[in-house]
Amino acid sequence: MARITYIEHGGQKHEIDVANGLTVMEGAVQNDIPGIDADCGGSMACATCHVYVKEDWFPKLPNKETGEDDMLDQAYEPKANSRLSCQITVSDELNGLVVHLPEKQV
Amino acid sequence: MIKTDALIIGAGPTGLFCAHQLGIIGLKCEIVDNLDKIGGQCIELYPDKPIYDIPAIPECTGEELTNNLIEQIKPFNINFHLSDRVQEIKKEKENWRVKTLNGKEFLTPNIVIAGGVGSFEPRKFPTKSADKFDGKTVLYSIKDKTIFKDKSVVIFGGGDSALDWAIELSKSSKVTLIHRRDEFRGAQSSVDKIKELQKNNKLEIFTKYSIKDIKGNGKLESVEIKDDDGNSKLISADYVLGFFGLIMQLGPILDWGLNIDKKTIPVNTETFETNKQGIFAIGDICTYPGKLKLILSGFHEGALAARGCFKYARPDEKLRFEFTTTSKAVQNRLGLKND
Repeated sequence: MARITYIEHGGQKHEIDVANGLTVMEGAVQNDIPGIDADCGGSMACATCHVYVKEDWFPKLPNKETGEDDMLDQAYEPKANSRLSCQITVSDELNGLVVHLPEKQV
Repeated sequence: MIKTDALIIGAGPTGLFCAHQLGIIGLKCEIVDNLDKIGGQCIELYPDKPIYDIPAIPECTGEELTNNLIEQIKPFNINFHLSDRVQEIKKEKENWRVKTLNGKEFLTPNIVIAGGVGSFEPRKFPTKSADKFDGKTVLYSIKDKTIFKDKSVVIFGGGDSALDWAIELSKSSKVTLIHRRDEFRGAQSSVDKIKELQKNNKLEIFTKYSIKDIKGNGKLESVEIKDDDGNSKLISADYVLGFFGLIMQLGPILDWGLNIDKKTIPVNTETFETNKQGIFAIGDICTYPGKLKLILSGFHEGALAARGCFKYARPDEKLRFEFTTTSKAVQNRLGLKND
């Protein structure tokens, strides 16, 4: 289990305990956090679960797989610390992770 | 105006199989889809990706699945209305009058929404200043390439559309290609080609830049780009093109008075009818307790929705349950010769 902080674009914070094995996207969707659409359901076929990972956390995450950057090209305002939250699987090591949600997903 | 027993919105696997089920029970249907081809997400998002959970088909790609479904509904001669979108619906006695973006009209007792997560639309520039030039000098698709002759064209994107148009337009326009990272995701041959064009000063490339602003009073004059450190650059431009792929939007469906829950439409699981009589929702767009967003669930939902359509299309008839293996009537509809 990991406690993950989702911060909406407007500053609203949500601290959620997410079970290991779920993705950061699923943690948001299952807890009704606004700002993550996840249209394709987690198959890396859209870019609507886009998050900005807090800088100090970004290098600690497992590397992107092929294809994630291709989808991020299509995200709304991608930055260097952008990830698709459906591609980040939760484990104990992610306890304390902070992600910022973009202004919008589309 | 086209009269039909059912209008299906969406030509993905769910819509196609629903058309098959309507045909089996003797109903006519028409299919409208916003894309220019049949297949929905299967063909737009993952034509080459193998699917492993279609019952009795151990492995097939999105394209193969689509082609098989098209083959399966051939006997019913279904009309497709592609590159069009249902815009407006209105109740007229027992029917719905349906209007599309391209001006087509349908009169039908049944509408089956099989729209996935919405219609595919090009993703637009995030900058508000792009809106005032939208459709004129800021474009997301190209209909007539002659308008760019001898003009300055700034192209954003790193995929095949961006690269292909950069190569094509560099023949007779001043082209600048801008992408947010160094790697391009288009075909390697296209990447090699633009690198070669860059070397020969036939086009300019700026990577690790994204759009900041579009400038111009009435007429587009320049586009401002920025890198991750906030440094910006001004590039003069007559046209700005964006190729950021497609996004899915529910669009006009939101205005039809249907109950909507997180971009999906609640249905009853007996006929997959929505809160509006004669409007059904199947596939990824519908929701009910236990809903699975799987193609196989969409097939089941389409079969039941087709039966739901029957009572409005043939109010004076009783639907008999029949098997394709034994029913002469069904086999006739399938165009099979009986001894």
